[in-house]
Amino acid sequence: MESLEKILVQHPFLKNLEQKYVQLIVGCASNVRFDSGTFIYREGEDANYFYILRTGKVALEIHDSGRETITIETLGEGDVLGWAWLVPPYRRHADAHALELTRAIALDGKCLRDKCRDDHNLGYELMMRIVPLITHQLQATQLQLMDVYGVKK
Amino acid sequence: MSESLANPLLPAPYRVLRNKRNTHDVFTLDVEPVKRGNSTLFSPGQFNMLYIFGKGDAAISISGDPTKEQPLRHTIRRAGVVTQALEQVKPGGVLGIRGPFGVPWPVKEAEGQDVLLVAGGIGLAPLRPAMYTLLANRDKYGRIALFYGARTPEDLLYLSDLEQWRGRFDLQVCVSVDTAKRNWMGDVGVVTKLISKASFDPLNTVALVCGPEIMMRFSVQELKKNEIKSGNIFLSMERNMKCAVGFCGHCQYGPHFICKDGPVFRYDQVQSLLGKREV
Repeated sequence: MESLEKILVQHPFLKNLEQKYVQLIVGCASNVRFDSGTFIYREGEDANYFYILRTGKVALEIHDSGRETITIETLGEGDVLGWAWLVPPYRRHADAHALELTRAIALDGKCLRDKCRDDHNLGYELMMRIVPLITHQLQATQLQLMDVYGVKK
Repeated sequence: MSESLANPLLPAPYRVLRNKRNTHDVFTLDVEPVKRGNSTLFSPGQFNMLYIFGKGDAAISISGDPTKEQPLRHTIRRAGVVTQALEQVKPGGVLGIRGPFGVPWPVKEAEGQDVLLVAGGIGLAPLRPAMYTLLANRDKYGRIALFYGARTPEDLLYLSDLEQWRGRFDLQVCVSVDTAKRNWMGDVGVVTKLISKASFDPLNTVALVCGPEIMMRFSVQELKKNEIKSGNIFLSMERNMKCAVGFCGHCQYGPHFICKDGPVFRYDQVQSLLGKREV
């Protein structure tokens, strides 16, 4: 656990978080690995975990029957995978597919949700860290939708 | 002195040596002057006006290597009548060229500093001469990184250059596409996200950015978030250029003429204009 705490404390996601909250989060953390080709989660599943990626590469994919699967974003070392654990109805919005051997720290979002309910300061701290991730994805989606590299019409 | 410099409105004839397809809508023309004495010298970031007789002209960035004697190279995206006509020119065909015009990238001024190049789509074309210059004088710069975003893997330009650059130990090259099918093993996502993955000294870094305006705006946000100073961020702006020497006003951008005062601007020169729909 000591090494997990060391890793988590250095990660930008938990930067400047009070020690008591870091310890609480470490209590909800575990080391995980995903072999290349495995799905970390799939669209529609309960979002009970999120991940701080340590190595490897993960593709966020969407699919529609009869069409080829599209990768909307890839995440790698240092990225945080998953935000739906903090936003009702706590369901996955895409598939997360390990493109290579991926090691991560899994954080029990369900456990953290309960703790946030009991301690709103913790809830605020985590929300302030998750909202930028959602904002980033929203902005990225805007740029992708605008097809900025296409010919102007 | 070339005819273009003597009379900047008079195109000089250049012969096409090669017309190479890069992607489904991008091609590269290599040309040489028909008359000896017309120069192929240019600085990274400058552009030429390419003239198709009977069709018109278009401003095209020079995409070749300014450190080597070689044909003048232009990478062009098919986007209108003139570029469609340019795409059809076969080797041996003749077109008119005026130039080179415009303020170049500050590669000399960046000596001694880290340099980040951020390119989006066809924006890699005007940055490629800057990269060639940096690499030809590699010992004069700190860390160099290229972040390049494209629409899809099929839209990536200069694959052989990218492959060669990625193989170097003294250069960081990150490529990302906006969307990809499953067989693409590279990064997917907006190019701006790559910036935070680079290691550089923010107080001693020059950033050269070229791409669609909205991509440049988001890139600047990310660069500033990484504490790069506004005065060290340079953007290559694009507007419809006609005369290329500041006479006609087609490319007016607030108080600036992009052809004459740009296309390369320091960010703080254009900061108040970026994102304004009226300009």
